[in-house]
Amino acid sequence: MKELTELKKVVSHPYAYIRKYKKQTGKKIVGYCCSYAPEEIIWAAGALPVRLFGTNQNIHLADTHLQSYCCSLVRGILEEALDKTLDFIDGVIFPHTCDSFQRLSDIWRLNITGQFHIDVVLPVKLDTPSAKKYLADVLEKFRKDLGRALGKDITDAQLARSVKTYNKIRALVGKLYELRCANPQIISGADFHAVIKAAMIMDRDQYLKILTQIIKQLQKAKPRKNRADAKRLVLSGSVCTHPDMYGIIEKAGGVIVWDDLCTGYRYFEGQMNEKIAPLKAITARYLKRVICPAKHMELRGRGENLIRLVKQSKAQGVVFLLLKFCDPHAFDYPYLKEMLEAEKIPFMLLDMEAELPSAGQLQTRFETFIQIL
Amino acid sequence: MKKAISEFFKMVLIFLAGRFKKFTMRFKKTKTMKDYMMVYYSQAKSARLTGRKVAWITSGGPVEPLIAMDIIPIYPENHGAMIGASKMGGYLCGLAENMGYSADLCSYARSDISCATVNGGPIGGLPRPDMLVCCNNICGTVLKWYEIQARYFNVPLFILDTPFCHTEYTEEMGRYVRAQFDEYFVFLEKACGKKFDFEKLNHVGHLSHQGQLLWQAVLDTAMHKPSPMSAFDAFYHLALIVTLRGTQDVLDYYTWLLSYMKDRIARGIGAVPNEKYRLLWDNIPIWHRTRWLSEKFASHNACLVADTYTTAWCGALRYIDENNFIDSAAEAHARIYLNIGIDQMAKMVIEMIDKYDVDGFVLHSNRSCKPYSFGQLDIQKIVERERGIPCLMLEADMTDERTFSESQISTRIDAYMEIIKERKNKK
Repeated sequence: MKELTELKKVVSHPYAYIRKYKKQTGKKIVGYCCSYAPEEIIWAAGALPVRLFGTNQNIHLADTHLQSYCCSLVRGILEEALDKTLDFIDGVIFPHTCDSFQRLSDIWRLNITGQFHIDVVLPVKLDTPSAKKYLADVLEKFRKDLGRALGKDITDAQLARSVKTYNKIRALVGKLYELRCANPQIISGADFHAVIKAAMIMDRDQYLKILTQIIKQLQKAKPRKNRADAKRLVLSGSVCTHPDMYGIIEKAGGVIVWDDLCTGYRYFEGQMNEKIAPLKAITARYLKRVICPAKHMELRGRGENLIRLVKQSKAQGVVFLLLKFCDPHAFDYPYLKEMLEAEKIPFMLLDMEAELPSAGQLQTRFETFIQIL
Repeated sequence: MKKAISEFFKMVLIFLAGRFKKFTMRFKKTKTMKDYMMVYYSQAKSARLTGRKVAWITSGGPVEPLIAMDIIPIYPENHGAMIGASKMGGYLCGLAENMGYSADLCSYARSDISCATVNGGPIGGLPRPDMLVCCNNICGTVLKWYEIQARYFNVPLFILDTPFCHTEYTEEMGRYVRAQFDEYFVFLEKACGKKFDFEKLNHVGHLSHQGQLLWQAVLDTAMHKPSPMSAFDAFYHLALIVTLRGTQDVLDYYTWLLSYMKDRIARGIGAVPNEKYRLLWDNIPIWHRTRWLSEKFASHNACLVADTYTTAWCGALRYIDENNFIDSAAEAHARIYLNIGIDQMAKMVIEMIDKYDVDGFVLHSNRSCKPYSFGQLDIQKIVERERGIPCLMLEADMTDERTFSESQISTRIDAYMEIIKERKNKK
């Protein structure tokens, strides 16, 4: 499928794509590192929001700012900022996430010059009236801050258009999840991963067009016969930057049928109400979305959601991908584990260090788990 | 049943011990820190007996409303420090790791979480909470930690969410934090089944403010050369401003402590007998090695005269209006040392360098405390650039003693002190 090839090209060389895109369109590029970044507002302002994933390789500049017990995601992102890999960025925004990203914002502000920098200090709890009001205030403030940085007013009409685009993208990606859940053979794990990741990089209108085509073709295509013996799994964690994770799991006899990742379904879930003021609609979606563990909503919300996902997707097990030194996820793991045990859902934990074990070693670990299912 | 009876008797004994202590304290000239802490913990441990409620609260949280409602506040972080000081951190952290908690998580949290399940540690565990109050102005870790305890004890949790002030404290933030104080009062009314006593809160707020002023005055005595106290003394005497802020006890104790320090100044007594070098400490103490570190630096005639940690309990004084506790408390809680950008932290460090006239800056890179430790390398660079004093970074953990390498740290301190000496002699 030529559309898929195009997405895969973007995902394998995202910075080349963005540089070329910036040159051709003259659009501003805004970097962000968290699924709570109000992208709809950035896109409405005519700028391209790009999620930063950092590098795993040869981190040395970041070492002079961050200690070794900081997660590889934060260190990797800082490394790319310091070594000028990200010099195409016009501005960066930091939604409040965790203690590490909070300090990354400070370090970035003090060391990276020549671009605008906006902190979006979101509430940490999302389930009280005052927090809801504050969230709305913060997003309104962000709209003004970003407008000032870009030298323009961001109108309601622009926001409404952006909300529509994002709704369409998210609905289609939701459709893709359902198609793949019903028949995992319909698209390979690696291709699926590329489609997901491209949504955080590409021009959103262009992406929507390509995604529409891909879904149309997948719906028409006669799906290959389902591999009955492949064990159905749900991935849970924060980011999955390993491009081959899906492929390795498939080689080990499993298949990812759903996920609970902030670079996965958590990023796409939830529609915005197009009948109300767009900023209100954006706010409302954040209040309904399943939370990142750095936020607070209900005491067992994430566990209940994970069990619901496993049941709905008829999965047989859960793979936890935990980034080493990621506190919020590490604190939640024991209670999630306990809830899964109570439901007799098998799981495995993959602690991800900066340098992942080789594909062969990973495959063996997955095989060991999959064999017991 | 047997266990319940023995628990009950234990509680009665603790209660009586506390009463006896309080009684004998009346006849003592000076009450020691141990006296106060003994009464405090025995009151807390026998709260079931006396019908008082117990709230667990974070160290940066607003304790004054609890005191106004006659609730006993308990500080798991203070407990963590005690666990560390008694070198039980490694064992308790290990237990938490067996429960599935990563060894990279905060050691206060790890040891408290496991301690709650085994009632172990230096004081046989903390009294069971009736409610939890978590203010995230110190870190995001406390949020996760208190969620875990709320699930474990099945008690209500109140979160005071103080937005991080990277560069500014905005109007929106002010409104949000202020509104949460009202929610806090409602939460306490519900938990206690009685109306909130605002008049008493004003009184407690006033005492709290006085206590913080006194604590600042005690720390200020270290400006004198030689300094009558060291940061290690401050780590010890800190316990009261943390646990009993808002009570008369704090005023009594620090009034005595202040006069004691002034007397030492008058008589020219220094914390380090032959003080030649003055240093500033950053981050939470290494609780399991405070004495060792204190002696180590003293052997070089160096006194750690001040620190960024104990000043945090009076660092927000500038925002407090003693006649308007509630409104000013919102800002004072949001703008504490750990809830601001690292450039502002560096500015405060430089102010302390000048105020206490120090020759060097020692930074504890604390594996357990990410918001305190990340940014230290930049603060160090700013300090070196602005004041040109040598800095030393020691990597350790505040409570978990298992990975501490005494010989390595010792060598590094020796080498660092050589630089300090050389530099000072050149002057």
